[in-house]
Amino acid sequence: MIEIKNLVVEIEGNRILNGLDLTVADGEVAAIMGPNGSGKSTLSYVIAGKEDYEVLDGEILLDGENLLELEAYERASKGVFLAFQYPLEIPGVATMSFLKAILNAQRKAREEEELTTPDFLRLVRGAAEKLEINQEMLKRALNVGFSGGEKKRMEILQMALLQPKFCILDETDSGLDIDALRIVSEGVNALRDEKRAFLVITHYQRLLNHIVPDTVHVMSKGRIVRSGGKELALELEASGYAEYSTEAA
Amino acid sequence: MPAVQETIERVRTLDVDQYKYGFETELEVDKAPKGLNEDIVRLISAKKGEPEWMTEWRLDAYRRWVTLREPTWARVNYPPIDYQDLHYYAAPKKNAAPKSLDEVDPEILRTYEKLGIPLREQEILAGVEPSRRVAVDAVFDSVSVVTTFKEELRRAGVIFCPISEAIREYPELVKKYLGTVVPVSDNYFATLNSAVFTDGSFVYVPEGVRCPMELSTYFRINERNTGQFERTLIIADKGSYVSYLEGCTAPARDENQLHAAVVELIALDDAEIKYSTVQNWYPGDIEGKGGVYNFVTKRGDCRGRNSKISWTQVETGSAITWKYPSCILRGDNSQGEFYSIAISNGYQQVDSGTKMIHLGRNTTSRIISKGIAAGRSENTYRGLVSAHRRASGTRNFTNCDSLLIGDRCGAHTVPYIESKNASAIFEHEATTSKISDDQMFYCLQRGLDEEEAIALIVNGFVKDVLQQLPMEFAVEAQKLISISLEGSVG
Amino acid sequence: MTTNPATESAERPAAQNFPADTRLAQHFDDFRSRLPDGDGSVVRRLEAMEDIQRVGVPNRRVEEWKYTDLRAFLHEAAAPASRPDAATVDAARKSAHVLADVPAARIDFVNGYLADAATLPEGVSVVPLSKALAEAHPALASLDQVEVANGNALIDLNTAFVDDGIIVQVAAGHEIGEVLHLRFINHGNTPFATATRVLVLVEKDAALTIAETHEGHVAAQPNSLVAFVLGDSARVEHVRVNAEGAGAIALSTLTALLGGEADFRSFNLVAGSAVSRHQLFIACQGENARVTIGGVTMIRGEDHADTTLVLDHAVPGGESRELFKTIVDGDATGVFQGKIIVRQDAQKTDGRMMSAALLVSPGATMYNKPELEIWADDVQCAHGATCGELDEDLLFYLSARGLPPAEAEALLLQAFIGEAIELVEHESMREALNALAVKRLENRS
Repeated sequence: MIEIKNLVVEIEGNRILNGLDLTVADGEVAAIMGPNGSGKSTLSYVIAGKEDYEVLDGEILLDGENLLELEAYERASKGVFLAFQYPLEIPGVATMSFLKAILNAQRKAREEEELTTPDFLRLVRGAAEKLEINQEMLKRALNVGFSGGEKKRMEILQMALLQPKFCILDETDSGLDIDALRIVSEGVNALRDEKRAFLVITHYQRLLNHIVPDTVHVMSKGRIVRSGGKELALELEASGYAEYSTEAA
Repeated sequence: MPAVQETIERVRTLDVDQYKYGFETELEVDKAPKGLNEDIVRLISAKKGEPEWMTEWRLDAYRRWVTLREPTWARVNYPPIDYQDLHYYAAPKKNAAPKSLDEVDPEILRTYEKLGIPLREQEILAGVEPSRRVAVDAVFDSVSVVTTFKEELRRAGVIFCPISEAIREYPELVKKYLGTVVPVSDNYFATLNSAVFTDGSFVYVPEGVRCPMELSTYFRINERNTGQFERTLIIADKGSYVSYLEGCTAPARDENQLHAAVVELIALDDAEIKYSTVQNWYPGDIEGKGGVYNFVTKRGDCRGRNSKISWTQVETGSAITWKYPSCILRGDNSQGEFYSIAISNGYQQVDSGTKMIHLGRNTTSRIISKGIAAGRSENTYRGLVSAHRRASGTRNFTNCDSLLIGDRCGAHTVPYIESKNASAIFEHEATTSKISDDQMFYCLQRGLDEEEAIALIVNGFVKDVLQQLPMEFAVEAQKLISISLEGSVG
Repeated sequence: MTTNPATESAERPAAQNFPADTRLAQHFDDFRSRLPDGDGSVVRRLEAMEDIQRVGVPNRRVEEWKYTDLRAFLHEAAAPASRPDAATVDAARKSAHVLADVPAARIDFVNGYLADAATLPEGVSVVPLSKALAEAHPALASLDQVEVANGNALIDLNTAFVDDGIIVQVAAGHEIGEVLHLRFINHGNTPFATATRVLVLVEKDAALTIAETHEGHVAAQPNSLVAFVLGDSARVEHVRVNAEGAGAIALSTLTALLGGEADFRSFNLVAGSAVSRHQLFIACQGENARVTIGGVTMIRGEDHADTTLVLDHAVPGGESRELFKTIVDGDATGVFQGKIIVRQDAQKTDGRMMSAALLVSPGATMYNKPELEIWADDVQCAHGATCGELDEDLLFYLSARGLPPAEAEALLLQAFIGEAIELVEHESMREALNALAVKRLENRS
């Protein structure tokens, strides 16, 4: 379970999150929607532990443990996974070597045995197939020269391999065509179970047709201003964010 | 590509001197005798009615100059200059301190008219776009003949006048800033200039003032065997803004004319100076005979926090260009920019570029240089980007592209990139290429003739820089580019 | 930019009173007295020394030495080494470890003197330099044909002091499968200078893979020169490792003269020495030659490493690719100077040069000077240079995937230099270079 309490965050003196409260229970898929600039991406970065953000107040608890005291890589090993809106390209690092490095780093942090090469290969191949990622892509440098859809699928592949407790999908639908959206969503849905929690950040309702949320939260001016069930997303699709933007302004 | 080849052939045979500003103006002049010595320096100072401190400043510069050697590191070749065979002062006789335009020699007015430089305020006011007014300081050989819109500028608190007048009228400002960006002994030509400069412009924009119009100086070398040594000093006080334009031409002459200017810019906290140049001195003829030797030291000092200095230059003239408009990014968060188009044709030699010296934190700079070499010319970009130890968080982006038209010319790139700070991020890229056959064919297929096509492609090549020029200058510059490549461009 | 290049310093009166000048002059006099009577090389030696003395050992005011003050670095120029005894040779060869796992035919130099040569593969012949000098071997003149190398101070010093070396010749049409590994091993406790010269002639249609490694434990001051001559359609892959001792001043020059359709590849790893300057002068004399040059420099502490490259395209159709990666740690200084020259006749030249540097410590300094000098219009030439620190966004991405900072940094640094090491085609050498680089990175802190 992830609990965010009264989170106040600034960047270079500008307040982005302003007393945000949010709880996502085990097995729950929560969607956060909101107008541009409402602080959605900041929230995902702060949970994942990006520097440059000043947390002035509040806490983020994962199963009762305060994440704010941990470095980004430590949070990752505790089971926090952020699927980036813009996954980074790393020239010179083959995708396979990268996957192996991150899997083993997390296993090491959890004092688990490192995977043997055959086990690792089996694991990757199985997961890659489901996401329609071919072997050729795995041989190339990570995300270098990948299309938008390929990059997003690569994020989901990492999510599938790492088996995190809490997954944040930051605008994962941006830049995806309908086929890629389907593949990505199926990948995410396959990972849903009673233990794993998801936070799906999106501007549009479209993604939520594929990844059906349990709860929907509307974010504006750095806090949650409304919460409801999946029908709230449809309502927003019809009415737009205008009311929240003006209310906030 | 036969079409390109044909064009190239034509450039070889055509007179590159399509120089339309090559006429001469007949005037009675007051000239100093040839040669340079302490007496000449005193004479110049006396002609300008300068105070004692200024005379001493000049003499000090002269004494240093005689100990210096002419620099040889640039990629330019020219026969030794006989500095004793030049006049260091020449002034139109009838110009003894005109009170208004009516007192200016009509010949001079006609000259500027022919050059397309508006000197009559009422004419400008009657123009189509009265909002885009430009104040002009017209410098003819060694003296400023007229400065327009002075009164209106004065009401806004902006001082815009010949530097000789500033030395008399605003000695405190001049003393405070002159020589603080380009020290007297900075280099051979700057030191020479410090000793013998005759005129140029002075601008002071007071705190918080946005200068109400573009300021411009128009330089014209007319007299034979006369060096032109102008000096420009622009100070933008805290939070002010000024855009300044500089243009230059000279008559076509067989012998070489010497031009050694110094420009100093100072931007205090939050101030911005935009300095644009269209340099079109006489480039010499097809044989490489004649033309202006242009040895110029231009430097801006971003002295204050958040200040910005932007240089834009279109260099098409001169037989030799030796010029590196630079920025010292002293204030934290200050910004420097250098946008340059350098076109060389005939036997022209260009060695030009910039220096971006990052001293303050979070300073940024951007260099966009476009060099086009045609005929038998040499075109060199030479630039320095440096980050000092405390200049954390600095950024530079440099892009230098060169285009060669014909195989008798040379295009060279000599960048120096020096970083002493790990957090400084510098990116430099440079390319050299020719106009692609595919581009040419595409244009021809669409109905352009080869010269139009080259003009179109070259203008596209330099577009990033042209966009930096004030509107009316950009149009002028575009025409100039076509003229400079005449024969190859049309 | 305000410093004056060679042209101006040449006009100055000779500057011979600096310690570097006086020491070198003294060492040269001593060295000369060691030469046998009637040595045929003495005239050239004297000429070279005169060239040095006329203008003095170059300092920062000489453009090519703007960032590497040779005069200062040779402040304590050591005396030439003497020929090592059998015990030294034995100890030195036992200690050698660089590229030791690569199967190769090895030729060893200890303290600058030829010590031992393996059985050579068929098609390869080796002549000791002493013999070649005595016989005025025609190959000796090839160096002069590399015009852009003329007048270079390091080459002059090498000419003046050279005391051993070999000429390697690969006969036309022979493709040598086995790696030829030249090992330069320095052994001893006190500083000494060495000057070696190797000429590698690869005849028409022949192919050679050659490794050149420099290692040792002392503050050696080697000046090595390796000159390649490639006949038409000849192919060479050259891998060089500078793993000199931490106090060494390693000066080296590579020249290459390329025939038509020749393919020359050279890679240099700097993972040793306090001061190094590696110069490459490459002249494409035959049409359609291909050149691939890679380099990785990993420096730290107070190290200073300079790579200077001049690539001269004189004829049409040449293609060159240069990729240099530098990691500057501690208070070290990295220098890259690279110049591509395309002469008037060299139409259709395609040249690309990139130098990228990462500064991983606050005291690090990098100087980049990539130049283009173009005289032909129908060419595609480009250069790029970057310097900066590791990308924070990349570090965060890796961190968000669970990699601790040190591992994330190491991964990115390996990837950074890996791009250049990838240029090495010979697989076991590429792996050995990667291993060397990784080891060097592990010892970073």
